[in-house]
Amino acid sequence: MVNTSMTERTRFSNEHPKELFDCRDSYSSTLESMAAQDDRVCAIVNDSVSSTKLKNFKTQFPNRFVNVGIAEQNMVGVGAGLANGGMVPYVCGASCFLIARAMEQVKVDLGYSKWNVKLCGMSSGMAYGQLGATHHSIEDLAWTRVIPNLTVVVPADPQETEQIMRYSLEHSGPMFIRISRMPVPAVHLSSETFNLGKAAVLNQGDDVTIITNGVLVYKALLAAQALETRGIYARVLNMSSIKPIDSDAIVNAARTTRGIVTAEEALLAGGLGSAVAEILALHHPAPMRMLGVPDVFAPTGSSEFLLEHFQLTEQGITAAALELIDKKNP
Amino acid sequence: MCLTMSLKTNLPIAEIAVRANTTRITAMAMTNHSQLGHTGGDLSSADILTCLYFGEILSVRPEDPTWQRRDRFIMSKGHCSGAYYSTLAARGFFPESLLKTFMDPLSPLNGHPDRNKLPGVEANTGPLGHGLPIAVGAALAAKMKGEPWRVFVLTGDGELQEGSNWEAAMTAHHYSLDNLIVIVDRNRIQQGDFTESTIRMDPLPEKWQAFGFTVKELDGHNHAELLRAFESVPLSKGKPTCFIANTTKGKGVSFAENRPAWHHGVPTRQQLHIAAEELKVELPW
Repeated sequence: MVNTSMTERTRFSNEHPKELFDCRDSYSSTLESMAAQDDRVCAIVNDSVSSTKLKNFKTQFPNRFVNVGIAEQNMVGVGAGLANGGMVPYVCGASCFLIARAMEQVKVDLGYSKWNVKLCGMSSGMAYGQLGATHHSIEDLAWTRVIPNLTVVVPADPQETEQIMRYSLEHSGPMFIRISRMPVPAVHLSSETFNLGKAAVLNQGDDVTIITNGVLVYKALLAAQALETRGIYARVLNMSSIKPIDSDAIVNAARTTRGIVTAEEALLAGGLGSAVAEILALHHPAPMRMLGVPDVFAPTGSSEFLLEHFQLTEQGITAAALELIDKKNP
Repeated sequence: MCLTMSLKTNLPIAEIAVRANTTRITAMAMTNHSQLGHTGGDLSSADILTCLYFGEILSVRPEDPTWQRRDRFIMSKGHCSGAYYSTLAARGFFPESLLKTFMDPLSPLNGHPDRNKLPGVEANTGPLGHGLPIAVGAALAAKMKGEPWRVFVLTGDGELQEGSNWEAAMTAHHYSLDNLIVIVDRNRIQQGDFTESTIRMDPLPEKWQAFGFTVKELDGHNHAELLRAFESVPLSKGKPTCFIANTTKGKGVSFAENRPAWHHGVPTRQQLHIAAEELKVELPW
């Protein structure tokens, strides 16, 4: 089996030092840059100016900054109205409130109406670990993925966050961009570009496939390295585009590797793993392991603690891949 | 009916009255066709809709429905689609022949309006409390762009029980949206009962006033009064306007007037003939 793993050789050692980034910085600086170039770009927040990192935006573009206060239903509706008036609104707030509180507006005012509004969900997943289940947003992928016309993307690092933000301005139609505050290293090579509906192959391998996105991409790459030391070559797909999803890459993984591990910082029901399973069930059933949060509210604890709690770690992903392969070839 | 002339349009008020009653009977015929609809609210809102679209209040171009600088009208009470569709068709946004397909399989005339299916529809409404936030956004867009358009939004009164309206009202006040005009179809009946027996709405004008709007109560069936009011917006510079249009649910049709059961009552063919006679207009089909 030919493998061309490049995790150790280039992705980390050469191009990226192990510096950690908050993807919100990338999103907010990109949004400012986009607003400077395009006067249709405006930002809407629900009080949370600092947690959406839009203080600079507010200072630079006061006329295109709207704070509706703590009122998420209204915020999404206002976004639809701004789009009606020819603006391109970026509706920004903590993901747990933005999506859950305004679910009917997301469905009717955005998905059904097809208004060109971009939802930027901050601190999604379990980034607000210690604050408790009220502030976790692990349901948002399941909820948004089922809404027709709504594009759902989860960037993994600062470079991808910037690329997705810039893409969103070209994209006509509503989008949900799920942005974490958990510190992550850069995982993309500067030559790699975001393509909606296409998975990025971040590590080549033909033994097993790991499909993930967001803050877990780095951990999946570490797992791939750990597996490589055991002579197991894992393909790592960054499925940042959850909807539309790259069916071809999923089916190809099922055909050419011995099984698929999905890892997501979200509820197992309805999220990335479910989306992958739907494709496999219809087109190419294959052995799977799904890592994520089972049917529980996550406990309180730091986000790193919670990732460990649910085996969303290098070790957890490695173990799932080994189990998958062992099961098939005892 | 007062036979004075409308200030801006030079259309005789009597013609607006006939147009409003034509909207009424058409909406009822549509409801009879689909055996579904919201007769009571169609009849209470017909005069408001007619004045907006036929009193030359709204600056719109039916031949170019997405003309960027148009005034926006958002039908927040989307369940009254019979009156709304009938008005849009008569104004030339789409052929009146389509009205006969109301709620038919695959018809663009959904029970509740869909902007992607019908020209002239500004927002997908039906679930209540959606129109005003969208209207606020469209009014903010005009301010951001320095454009002259105004945004009119028609809400029900029971609809105001949805909290999103009051969230939006606070935004309208905070951003001094004097290009936003809220019209409340105050017919005092919602699906199950009278509003005041369901959940108390009064004092409604004071509520809007407290939320920063300049408020005027008017007779929602008096065309001269409606036109005068709509021509005088904004009532205050720097403040959003709210008209509480006092109306009668089921207006103009004796058996439907002020009866909660006619919120979504469906007229029989025989009742259509009685209604046409009372409204002094022809049945459309």
